[in-house]
Amino acid sequence: MNRRLFIKGMAACAAGFGFLKSVVALAVEWPKAVFDSETETDAVKAFFGDTPIAESADVEIKAPLQAENGAVVPIKVSTTLADAESIAITVEKNPVPFVTVVNLQPGSSGGFYSARIKMGETSLVRAYVKAGDKIHMASQEVKVTVGGCGG
Amino acid sequence: MAFVTKMKIKKAGDGHDILCLVKHPMETGRRKDTSTGEVVPAHWIEIMTFQLNGNTVAEAILGSGVSKDPLIGVHIMGAKSGDTITVNWKDSKGETGSAEATVK
Repeated sequence: MNRRLFIKGMAACAAGFGFLKSVVALAVEWPKAVFDSETETDAVKAFFGDTPIAESADVEIKAPLQAENGAVVPIKVSTTLADAESIAITVEKNPVPFVTVVNLQPGSSGGFYSARIKMGETSLVRAYVKAGDKIHMASQEVKVTVGGCGG
Repeated sequence: MAFVTKMKIKKAGDGHDILCLVKHPMETGRRKDTSTGEVVPAHWIEIMTFQLNGNTVAEAILGSGVSKDPLIGVHIMGAKSGDTITVNWKDSKGETGSAEATVK
């Protein structure tokens, strides 16, 4: 390998590294406190703060009534609220009740979020949608026959 | 270790549904290996970013409660034919992955 080739390679490496770094920098910090919370109430408070929560018909959860395999439970949350900023999914009785959340850009991403989640036992699944200065909530019970947490 | 990342774009209503599948173990750190009896160390995807032509449109924050081989879906608006959609993710061990697709 001659010197010119070596320098070229180094430059490509640096460029590649810079790209990786910018990708990481884009992402928000993973909110450890939220996922460390042992109760759903604490987790929701840790994520959304003291914003008032109200049950709402504008939020819809699509989930199976009964899940045969708790390791893979498909959940779909949709909302008609146009200014939805984030959609969170929680499972009340999981060891880590806060499952996932998506932050949206009102106008460029819409009120929809789907994920496959783990459920340890039969529990209420809740969806929280932050829109404006309010949190809209919906819930549905999912019966689990075989748990998804190593059971 | 590299994980396979796949993305699908589907026209839906007033925009497009984006589905992203990553072949990832999503270990909670609670599960025990049945053959050795040892706890499998935690390893899960923390953040998944969806970009339309380089602008972040949705950012999913995942916990260990998301299933193995996560399938994450979001809905985006305003994407035109020929636009690029990129998904990037980062896991709890600092590993990353991405996929890119063009809107038809």
